[in-house]
Amino acid sequence: MSDPGLGPVLLSEWRKLTSTPLWWVLGLGMAAYLAFTGGVLAFSFTVAPEGSGGPAVGGVDAALGVYGIVNAIGYVFPLIIGTLVVTTELRHRTLTQSLLAEPRRGVLLTAKLLVTVPVGLLYGLLGVGGLVLASAPVLSLAGDGAYLTDPEVLRALVLGVLVTALWAVLGAAFGSVLTHQVAAIVAILAFTQFIEPIARVALGSVDGLDRVAAFLPGSAADALVGASFFGQLTDGDLLPAWGGALVLVTYVVALALVGRWTTFRRDVT
Amino acid sequence: MSRALGVATVAGVSPEAPALVVEHLSKQFGPVRAVDDLTFRVEPGRVTGFLGPNGSGKTTTLRMLLGLIRPTDGRALVGERPYGDHPQPGRLVGAALEATGFHPGRTAAAHLSAYAPLVGVDRARCAEVLRQVGLEQAADRKVGGYSLGMRQRLGLATALLADPPVLVLDEPANGLDPEGIVWLRRFLRHLAEQGRTVLVSSHVLGEVQSTVDDVVVIARGRLVHASPLRGLADLAEPRTRVETPDPAALDALCGQRGWRTETVSDAGRSALVVVGVRAAEVGAAAYAAGLELHELSPRGTDLEDVFLRLTAEPGQEEGAA
Repeated sequence: MSDPGLGPVLLSEWRKLTSTPLWWVLGLGMAAYLAFTGGVLAFSFTVAPEGSGGPAVGGVDAALGVYGIVNAIGYVFPLIIGTLVVTTELRHRTLTQSLLAEPRRGVLLTAKLLVTVPVGLLYGLLGVGGLVLASAPVLSLAGDGAYLTDPEVLRALVLGVLVTALWAVLGAAFGSVLTHQVAAIVAILAFTQFIEPIARVALGSVDGLDRVAAFLPGSAADALVGASFFGQLTDGDLLPAWGGALVLVTYVVALALVGRWTTFRRDVT
Repeated sequence: MSRALGVATVAGVSPEAPALVVEHLSKQFGPVRAVDDLTFRVEPGRVTGFLGPNGSGKTTTLRMLLGLIRPTDGRALVGERPYGDHPQPGRLVGAALEATGFHPGRTAAAHLSAYAPLVGVDRARCAEVLRQVGLEQAADRKVGGYSLGMRQRLGLATALLADPPVLVLDEPANGLDPEGIVWLRRFLRHLAEQGRTVLVSSHVLGEVQSTVDDVVVIARGRLVHASPLRGLADLAEPRTRVETPDPAALDALCGQRGWRTETVSDAGRSALVVVGVRAAEVGAAAYAAGLELHELSPRGTDLEDVFLRLTAEPGQEEGAA
């Protein structure tokens, strides 16, 4: 029988992922979270507090600042759905059945990484959609405009979708290394919400170490998107966009290789 | 729930379903020798019972056979090759390894359709196997709400997806009600009659006794017996029930001959069971001694007893000094 290739494995993974409600619940959660935060941020940019001289940020900068948070705060969602693609199989002991049907372990892991791409793109669309729907009216009514046709804004939005997909793949690669579902989610929350922001500020404020900060995954993603929430806070040096993409892909490959030679090599008992 | 054996329409099992071949297979887990130099064959067209107490290495052996665990030594083959060296082995071997391997949030239909692409079948086939195992009414319910028996049926349905010539089922009777066990027995017989290779593990011989043609018995990771089921009966000790109006004389006779006896009483009548001696021999001895007997009957051979004796821990064998 001829080798059926990757197609059936991808279809299988897609059906596994979409056969429980979690994937769309998490996707809608991302849309709602970004809509709320984007709306609040748009207000704070455009509506001047009483007594102050006026909005601190205006024009296309306000629009870019708001639209840029897709990456800055939204990346937890694709990371988590990505890890679940791997960790769910270990938690519910379905990896046995999966490996019976597809014993080529590298193929199975590759399919898991790849299947997160469309899911990540969808999350990106949901997140950007929620963000724009909530913040564009505020920006255009209370501020200088929504700038939705501005090439720089469009670029930021498209890159926001793409980087979300990259985060999802990174999540799957991370899940192949840290396979305990709860531990993986806790580690992601701790790293993204606590460790990395502090590390970026701390490293960014020390001469010589700010170059290191640029190689943290969050900084790399900011470099790729080009609009940075923390970048503005820290004034740290970012890599060029292509460099940021390269760093993220390197994280994916490195983690996936570790996963391949640990989790996907072990005896499945 | 339908008890129909919906396998009559099987597209055609190749007459030469592969045998399963285990050769000098061993597995070391840290300090534990889980499987130790195990060798046996499972032939097509027969149901083979893979028997041993819990923890004797059955599941580890099955997992090595299916490429999930790497052997420390030896090899396990499907036909002429290890499982993973076959193209699309999921089409060749259907396996159900543990009742817990389901995502509780997935429906039975969704579970099957997730694995269907990997063995090259469509959703219609998923519905068909659910019908075969009697789960069609529960197809759209989440597996989290399933009973153990229903999970066993879903595991069997998963194994049957590709209509494979080889079936490997780990403790499939666990959690089935008596009616379910009868159904499973007929189902497995039917599959073997179609020429398939069927391997069924169990820790209770009685569960599979009337299903299997061959038995492979292991204990502490080692092979202790492999033969047709009949061969197991030959190992059974004959037991002869004797009733006499003169128990003291019978006692004396048995003592004189060195026969081991047990006193049994049922329905208010007391009798002696002579262990290890056939009825004819007991009868002849009583006749020679002029002893009056009211009953002399061979008791059925107890295969479970043989099984327990074969798999007992050293020092725990019945009658061991």
